[in-house]
Amino acid sequence: MITLAHFLTLGAVLFCIAVAGIFINRKNVITLLMAIELMLLAVNTNFIAFSRFLGDASGQVFVFFILTVAAAESAIGLAILVVLFRNRATINVDKIDSMKG
Amino acid sequence: MINIAFNPNDLVTVLPELFLLGATCAILLIDLFLKQAQRNVTHVLSLLALAVTAWLVWSGAPVQATPAFNGMFVRDAVGTVLKLFILLTTALVYVYGRLYMRDRKLFVGELYLLLLFATLGMMLLVSAGSLVTVYLGLELLTLSSYALVALNRDSVMSSEAAIKYFVLGALASGLLLYGMSMLYGATGTLDLAKIHAAADFSANGAHRGLLAFGLVFLVVGIAFKLGAVPFHMWLPDVYQGAPTAITLFIGTASKLAAFGMAWRLLEVAMGGLHAQWTMMLAILAAVSLAVGNVVAIAQTNLKRMLAYSTISHVGFVLLGFVNATPAGYASAMFYMICYAIMTAVAFGVILLLARAGFEAEEIADFKGLNQRNPWYAGVMAIAMFSLAGVPPLFGFFAKLMVLKAVIDAGQMWLAIVAIVFAIVGLFYYLNVVKVMYFDEPAQKEAVALPADLGMRWALSLNGLALLALGIGWGPLLDWCNQALLASTQFAR
Repeated sequence: MITLAHFLTLGAVLFCIAVAGIFINRKNVITLLMAIELMLLAVNTNFIAFSRFLGDASGQVFVFFILTVAAAESAIGLAILVVLFRNRATINVDKIDSMKG
Repeated sequence: MINIAFNPNDLVTVLPELFLLGATCAILLIDLFLKQAQRNVTHVLSLLALAVTAWLVWSGAPVQATPAFNGMFVRDAVGTVLKLFILLTTALVYVYGRLYMRDRKLFVGELYLLLLFATLGMMLLVSAGSLVTVYLGLELLTLSSYALVALNRDSVMSSEAAIKYFVLGALASGLLLYGMSMLYGATGTLDLAKIHAAADFSANGAHRGLLAFGLVFLVVGIAFKLGAVPFHMWLPDVYQGAPTAITLFIGTASKLAAFGMAWRLLEVAMGGLHAQWTMMLAILAAVSLAVGNVVAIAQTNLKRMLAYSTISHVGFVLLGFVNATPAGYASAMFYMICYAIMTAVAFGVILLLARAGFEAEEIADFKGLNQRNPWYAGVMAIAMFSLAGVPPLFGFFAKLMVLKAVIDAGQMWLAIVAIVFAIVGLFYYLNVVKVMYFDEPAQKEAVALPADLGMRWALSLNGLALLALGIGWGPLLDWCNQALLASTQFAR
């Protein structure tokens, strides 16, 4: 029997992988974008699980909004990435450091 | 099940937002048919749209808070005050930034449209009645802001700032959403007022665990968006890298909206748990005050210095939240409004001195400004004294009110920390004044002022407002107090 706790654990694990992906990753900005997507999907898992077990549909409605916004967010992220690559010719996270202090 | 009933009166309640959306779409279409030489038409239309929206917000302000769309949206006094100041500061961004953006070939329709959409997002955010509206308003604001920061496509700094803003902003939204999902799980509703009623921290078991998780993630998300230490990493880079007019926008209007979001989430939704979150905010406030004020001393770039000063001012705003009563929130809102007006002056002067190929963003660029243009050196000095909190300027009374709130809350240590670091902060604000008045200028001739008379008048008035409000701050504070009292009563 799969209970609410299983779903929440899955959500938490996905969320942790995403946060780790953002902080540990030192190579590539595209990986960051993937980690951000994963984070939103972890949240969606939570919402759907709660919605199912509470018997309340509004959580699922929220998920549709999150999915839509996530699509817009990656579009903007990739657009900024293209601009960055044109200016710096690199998307290595370590090299994005022209401002300090 | 969700009962969805459509009430035509709801459309009247959201009329200002509807108008702004319609006007933005209209400007989007009109702008398509304009030549670059006619871009001023977009400028005027955008200002007009903001003015009419402000009029609709003001004239239609309900006596009692009015929910619309089954509580998704609440039009109340707090929303009205914040919206009026958001619209005002956005208009200042247009007025101060026009020539700056034109010199950098950024005087394009996108600038106006993205700012208008961001304003719409902020208006939605400060009137949100449900977690969904909070999220949608926030994303409309931040997605527009990412694009605005990257507007200067050929600048390395601008694109770097944008990617940092994007990654950390998306992380913050993710944390906030995770907290929201936990709150939803604990209370079974997305409506902020219903969450308040259902959240019961004294109950044991899963409900309490979910609430605690949700609360922590929510506070972290809010701290990220406000820029409180230790979640401030994005702020200095974004302030420095973004075009100065956009920095002005991020520093003023979107900070007001972030206050609105913090109030909606912490008080309207989580007010019953204030014993749990005030301590978290007290620590965030103390660390923000310390780091912001100390690191600002080491800065040579004025925009970066103002970023660290923002971090310390966020610490002050959080002090008002520590009190967790309508009077405490009112002092925080008063402080945020005051901060927005002061920062607008500081960035306005930077924009005034900037020319094509010259940013005027280093503190050294202000050397001997008094000999080259005494009036605007004076305006900048007023802004610096006010930011430092020197009486009788506006900033002093804002600091006084939050300190009073925090002492009323019985957190004497926090008030002492705040005062100590406010005095540390004096050093770097007064350094700018010293550079302007006592250092020898690099070139002697008078500053070539931009031809935009409207901007010069607006900036001068904005600077004098710091003096005027420093003397007559009572009505504004009363307004904040009444707004929060009425809105908090309604939310209960």
